[in-house]
This record gives sequence, C-alpha cells and structure tokens, in this order.
Amino acid sequence: MLTTADLDTLLLTCKIAGIATSLMLLIGTPLAWWLTRTSSSLKGIVNTLVALPLVLPPSVLGFYLLVLMGPAGPVGKLTTWLGLGTLPFTFAGLIVASVLYSIPFVVQPLQASFSGISEQALEAAATLRASPLDTFFSVVVPLAKPGFLSAGILGFAHTVGEFGVVLMVGGNIPDKTRVVSVQIYNHVEALEYSEAHWLAGCLLLFSFSVLLVLYTVLKTQPVAHPLK
Amino acid sequence: MTTIQARFQLDYGDFKLDVDLNLPGTGVTVLFGHSGSGKTTLLRCIAGLQRAPQGFLEINGNVWQDSERDLFLPTYKRPLGYVFQEANLFPHLTVRDNLLYGLKRIKQNQGSVKLDQTLELLGIGHLMERMPEHLSGGERQRVAIARALALNPEILLMDEPLASLDFKRKQEILPFLSCLHQQLDIPVLYVTHSQQEVAQLADTLVILEEGRALASGPLAETQSRLDVPLAQDREAATVWQATVAEHEADYHLTRVAFAGGSLSLPAVDAPVGTPLRIQIYARDVSIALEAPTATSILNVLSATITGIADGRDGQSVVRLQIGDQALLAHITRKSALMLGLQIGMAIYVQIKGTSILN
Repeated sequence: MLTTADLDTLLLTCKIAGIATSLMLLIGTPLAWWLTRTSSSLKGIVNTLVALPLVLPPSVLGFYLLVLMGPAGPVGKLTTWLGLGTLPFTFAGLIVASVLYSIPFVVQPLQASFSGISEQALEAAATLRASPLDTFFSVVVPLAKPGFLSAGILGFAHTVGEFGVVLMVGGNIPDKTRVVSVQIYNHVEALEYSEAHWLAGCLLLFSFSVLLVLYTVLKTQPVAHPLK
Repeated sequence: MTTIQARFQLDYGDFKLDVDLNLPGTGVTVLFGHSGSGKTTLLRCIAGLQRAPQGFLEINGNVWQDSERDLFLPTYKRPLGYVFQEANLFPHLTVRDNLLYGLKRIKQNQGSVKLDQTLELLGIGHLMERMPEHLSGGERQRVAIARALALNPEILLMDEPLASLDFKRKQEILPFLSCLHQQLDIPVLYVTHSQQEVAQLADTLVILEEGRALASGPLAETQSRLDVPLAQDREAATVWQATVAEHEADYHLTRVAFAGGSLSLPAVDAPVGTPLRIQIYARDVSIALEAPTATSILNVLSATITGIADGRDGQSVVRLQIGDQALLAHITRKSALMLGLQIGMAIYVQIKGTSILN
C-alpha cells in the first residue's frame, strides 16, 4: 500500500507540476505566439534555447542551474540581494527548474497550433474592430484550444516525470522537494520493492492515461516537434 | 464631389504600386484589372491590412493614413466593412456569433438596427444557428457580406467576393449585390477582374494595370476611353443609367430616358421611374452620316464623334457623345474610311440591341 510519506510525495509532485504548468502556460503562450509570428533574426536562437532541454541530459541542466542559483552564481547573488536567499534545495528552486526543464513541451504544441491559424482569420477580426489583443483572446485562443490542452497536459506530465533535475537542484527533502520519482528511487535503494511497485504503478497508469487522452480524444501528436 | 482620396506608393521589387485616386463618396467604384495589376493590394492598403510606406488616405474628411505625418490608423480603428475573397468566417462561431462579433465591438446604436434589414436583404435569417462548415459557399459569402454591413461602416470594401464561387453561386449572389447597391448610402470599393460584374455593379470604374491606374471616372466614360485596352475587347460595351419613362403597351415596348435622350426597349415589367442599367455592346452600334429614314431599327440617335482608334482585326473603335452620355462603337475600318469619319463630326448612331442588367 501507499504510505503516508508516499502520499505526501504524490501531493507535492502534483503541487509542483500544477504550479509549474501554470507558469509555463503563462510564459509559453506569448513566447510561442511571438515565435510563430516573428520574422526576427532572434527566432532561431530562441527556438534553440527553448528546445535545448529536449536533448540535454537533465543532470547537465540541473548542474548549471545549481551553479547559477547557488550563493556564488549571478542568480543566487540576485536572489540573496532581494532577501529571498538562495533557491537550490527549496520548493521555489524546484519550480524554476521544472519550468525550464519542461517548457519545450508547452511551447512546441502551442507553436504548432498557432501556426495552423490562418492570417486571414486575424485580418477578418481586425476588419471587425478587434484589437490585436482582443483578436488573440477571441479568435486565436478558441481556435488553438487543442494546442493549449496538449501543452497543459504534456507540461504537467513531463514535470511529474522529472528526476535528474530534481535530484540536482531540489535534493531529497521531505515535503519540500521529495517528489514521486525520487521517492521511488529511495524505496529501491532501501530494497522496499513493494512500495516502489505501488508508486511506479501510479506513475505508469498516469502517464498511460495522459497519452491515451492525447492520442484518442484530442487526436494530436503529443510528441514534441523539435525543429518544426 | 470627391470624398475618397487615396495616394499610395509601395515597391516590392517585382511589384510596384503607384496610384493617386480621387473617388466619389457614393455608389460603387469598381477597381478592375487582371491578376497582378495591384487591385487587391490597393484595397488592402485602404483597409490598412497592408501599409504602403508612402501613402495618404482620406475618407469623408477623416485622414486614415498620412505617411508625411507618420499617421497610420490600424485596421481595427477604421470604420470600414471588408468582404474577403474567401468568406473567412470564424470557424468556431455560429453564424449568429459571427454576425455579432463586430457589433459587440462598436459603440452601441451604431449598428444593430441595420442587422435585421441586412439579414432580410441577404436571405440568411434561417441560418443563424448553423456553424460555417455547414453552409454552402454562396451562403457563407452572404453571411460575410452581412457581417461587414452589420457594423454600419462608413465604407464597404469588397475583394472579389464572387471569385471563389462557381457560376451558379455567382448568379445567386449578384442580384443581392445589385440590390445592396441601390439600398446602401455608403461608398463601396469593389475589386474584380470580371467584366460582367463591372457592367452590373459599377458606377465609377478604375482600371488598374501593373500597379498603376490607367483610367478612372464614371463608368460609361471610362469604358469608352480609347487609350484603355477594355475598349478594344470583343465584348466591349457601354453601360448607361436610365429610368423607365413610358410604356407603349400596343407595341410591347418601353421607353427609357437617359442623360442624352431616350431609347425604346422591349417591354420592361417595371413602373415608370424605375432605374435601369442598360448595356450596349460596341458591336451593336452602327454609324450613318445622315438620319436614316427608312430603317427597321428604332433607336436612332444623333451623336458627335469624340475619338477614333484602330481596333483589332480590321476594326475601328469609335467613341461617341450623345448628350451627357458616352458610347462606344465597333465598325469595320473600311466603313470608317468610306464614311470619312473624323473627330468632331455630327453623325447618327443606330443601336441594334440593348440588354437590361437589373
């Protein structure tokens, strides 16, 4: 059975994934829109940066984040100066890391979905007195709804599944940074295979259901599309 | 009375637009030209969908663009209606919500009253709850026209609204457009490459070629300009505005009055005073030096020659003036020489046939 500690890690994982997904949608939506519409020369480099976590080993990303956010790193110095202390091994630090790690899974489905919206629909809205922002919410968002759903689901699921970055940046602190994947690792280390089975089974079921929903209900391609 | 001033210059390398137009603030102005002539680009510049680096646009005394003052009103702030070539309805909204989309975004009392009237005119009242994907092409385009008109715009811009429809659908919508034309009190700018649509709808005609305006002016005057390729066309014609003046029931004829006199037409089933558009093909007009006394042709009018040019295939194109009305005639070059036709000569024209367009 799941122990109280296991349930706590499940709850914490959902909390982190929920907050991170909201942040990713908040940042990813304007970013994806900009990437879809811009002809700026920065587009290539921004696309690359967004897609980087897809190919980078999580430990590499985690290592750099640790260095950057640590007491000697520029981000760490800034957060200390702001009176926030340093981020590694805190809940907030884990959120920052999760957002960076999973953002391609949010930005890319949004980009794919935005680029399917015709220029003509936007022009029609403009001739009907809708400002660009108004057009975005009244035309783009409803037309890109499947994109938002896959982005949200994929971002959430991918955050739940992270391990390497968590271990590097978050560590293994109960109720603060100990998420499911780390807890499974702990169980296996302690040779508690039946507990590991329960948690692993939960994650397997969760991941399977998420992908099933994406493939059958939304009929989208849930795999991220690097270099689209 | 000029209320639309449009000057645009833009250069895309392989395509240049350079126009300076003064257009009337009423009636339908057709922007006519082949593909690549710049007619759609011109319309998009007027709508603000495209921004010409050099441009000045004034509609009804309001300046929408003045590149010298760095003034450019974005499209959504321009009180216009725009009908695209494809209906371009929002696929996620019902017909009703498509129609209300613009209305919700203008100040109250500016539109809405017009909507019921427009729905009736366009015959789409029964489609309100449908989604755009369940409409035919013709229905979609009528909804798009209603959506633009619902805003009670100051000017209506139409970009080949019939081009994507098949012949049958075109014939279904053209009467609506003719009808609109009579009921609207705002200027309409209408882009097309179809001479049929020019004949049926235009009051003012602008002919565009390679990004320049070759000619611009009242319909018959522009149609009969000899320096424009249109006058050489086998289907060249002049369209006159006339009104029903008198019915001659015994002969099954109707007399109609136009700016330069009157014509007899086969009986028209319309009350006296009804406005008509009458098309006269240049090939149906013949010329005589003296008033023909014994002829079966009823419509003989005195006219003055205002221009002569060589046409294709041994033809001469003659431009005539009858009162205030211009008329185009295609005759053989041999006849023109034998009659010794010269500019300024007073002659008689016989009109063999006419067609009524509305």
